[in-house]
Amino acid sequence: MKPGYGEVLLAEGDPSTQEDEERLVEEFRRQLDEGMWAAVPTVAPGTCRREAQMVRDFTEIPPDAERVIFFPRAAGG
Amino acid sequence: MLLALLALALVASVLALPSLLSVWSGWQKRRAGQRLRTPRRERLEFHDPGRERRAEQRARELLRSCVNGEEWAMYRDLGFIRVVGKLRPVDPANGEPAYAYLVYPHRPIVAYVPKTRRLLSEYCVEFPDLTRAISHSRLPDSDDVLAKWMALTGDEERLIRNANMHLPGRQIDPGRVRRDLWRLAEWERQRRGSDSFEARPT
Repeated sequence: MKPGYGEVLLAEGDPSTQEDEERLVEEFRRQLDEGMWAAVPTVAPGTCRREAQMVRDFTEIPPDAERVIFFPRAAGG
Repeated sequence: MLLALLALALVASVLALPSLLSVWSGWQKRRAGQRLRTPRRERLEFHDPGRERRAEQRARELLRSCVNGEEWAMYRDLGFIRVVGKLRPVDPANGEPAYAYLVYPHRPIVAYVPKTRRLLSEYCVEFPDLTRAISHSRLPDSDDVLAKWMALTGDEERLIRNANMHLPGRQIDPGRVRRDLWRLAEWERQRRGSDSFEARPT
């Protein structure tokens, strides 16, 4: 999510291939270094309720995740 | 006679030249100062009236693809989303949550007790552009709601820790929130009978 623009595609690829994974990891780290938060939309275990899983490391991303959403870090308003 | 007038005009021009140069120089300096104070990116950025509308349309689609069907319908119909708080256990007798939040776009998150509709607090939170790539811009409304939804459902404690907590009524009129809770109860009653927390008689 980018203020003023909304959703922007940063990178896409198949993490099972080494080349794509390196590119995705690099972009993931760059976003976190810029102070963004990362979340993966998921379904709560044992229910059909959707929720988000916050991830702080690339290895925390569920293997079946289709996307990771980066959004600006929350601050007191 | 004509020659004399021409000579007079020439002399007047020569005499006025220093003053004109001084005015020109001052104008140039002021313009240079304004250019220095205005970032280059801002100067090059032209206002696109359709950009925010397109961004909001994309944001609505993204929100719709992430939240539950009921939450999306709630946002579409009422303009806010209810998120159940998880830091306290639900009532084992009836499964009611101890508290919940109303998530509005670009307004504080309001915590309340679903059973009694008592307002607990306002959590003022925003998602500022840390990269400063675009000045004076903010997330589209639906992205702001999605960011709050993700942060609340993903790490409620961290979001609440980052927010500024106030008593109800600081930024949002409590009367409006109570009306929204009543609207929510009516909305749920129409959708699925009287099986909602807010729709149950207190």
